[in-house]
Amino acid sequence: MLASLGLILLCQLIGEAVVRGLGLPLPGPVLGLLLLLILLLARDRFALLACGPLRNGGVETASKGLLAHLSLLFVPAGVGVVQKLDLLASHGVAIILVLALSVVVTLLATVLTFRLVSRLLRQQDAR
Amino acid sequence: MKDNPFSLWVYLSQSPLLWLTVTLLVYASTDAVSLASRRHPLANPVLHAMWIIGAFLLVTGTSYTTYFAGAQFVHFLLGPATVALAVPLYENRRRVVSSIVPMLVALVAGSVTAVVSVVLLAELAGLPRDVVLSLAPKSVTAGVAMGIAESLHADPSLAAVAVILTGIMGAIIVTPLMNRTGVTDFRARGFAAGLAAHGIGTARAFQVDEIAGVFSGIAMSLNALVTSFLVPLAVTLLVR
Repeated sequence: MLASLGLILLCQLIGEAVVRGLGLPLPGPVLGLLLLLILLLARDRFALLACGPLRNGGVETASKGLLAHLSLLFVPAGVGVVQKLDLLASHGVAIILVLALSVVVTLLATVLTFRLVSRLLRQQDAR
Repeated sequence: MKDNPFSLWVYLSQSPLLWLTVTLLVYASTDAVSLASRRHPLANPVLHAMWIIGAFLLVTGTSYTTYFAGAQFVHFLLGPATVALAVPLYENRRRVVSSIVPMLVALVAGSVTAVVSVVLLAELAGLPRDVVLSLAPKSVTAGVAMGIAESLHADPSLAAVAVILTGIMGAIIVTPLMNRTGVTDFRARGFAAGLAAHGIGTARAFQVDEIAGVFSGIAMSLNALVTSFLVPLAVTLLVR
């Protein structure tokens, strides 16, 4: 468990270091995600890597534990809304409406594009 | 302690222990209510934990800085949790690879819609320029959005609030909206949730369906990439 958490943190650490070092415009944890994915894929190919947290589902269990309460992790930033009560009093309704409309439009645009493209691909395969 | 009953409060209210405990216990209760309501969208645990803790801070006159000194231990885990998304991605890699094309096209369509729609609507509503800039990255996860806002000289803490509000509204609306559109493909539904509502949408997607959660996590990661490039461009083109 400890080694698995350590491996997750190490991936993030390397991700942050590379992003900062090279000035890449992407978040460190996203690079860490790619790194862990590559490690997991490499483990299946090279038996040598299957040790420590990469053996017997170690890192898998730790990751699922973290993801089980993903919502909780947003609470501290969300409470930050108490700092913005002045702004919300003056522009709150407009801000909420703008965000709500935008999120609905974004959800629809994404899901319909996904469906459309996968349907087109399936028709092409059928032909 | 005996001479002044407030001294204990003064001590505790400044310690990280109290605020960490409050965060965990309030969330545990709102999550229990959400579970008892069979994950009803309106029983969103983040939404209710947020206003209960916020009200508690206001009533006790505690500053957000003091609160955050304790809650930062939870906040910190956002990074490791993003890395942990590699695992469901790895376990479902065959399904992911087989839908790579619709994913990438939907990614571009969704990211552009997210940024352009919020900037245009905010301009239309006559919001001040620095508010418009802070709302622009609202569909990506908090840390990334704050970074984008900073690079635009906008307000990172307002950007974080816009991100959380967007996430909560997305998580509440996604299930009824998708049921109405009649889309039953959980890959597409999850992907939309993660793209529009980042981690809170992803948490919601995992509640509904494992495959939806996986696709939501991918959308959230990819959107963080695309939006970092897109927002500066959109702002130059669209903001007066």
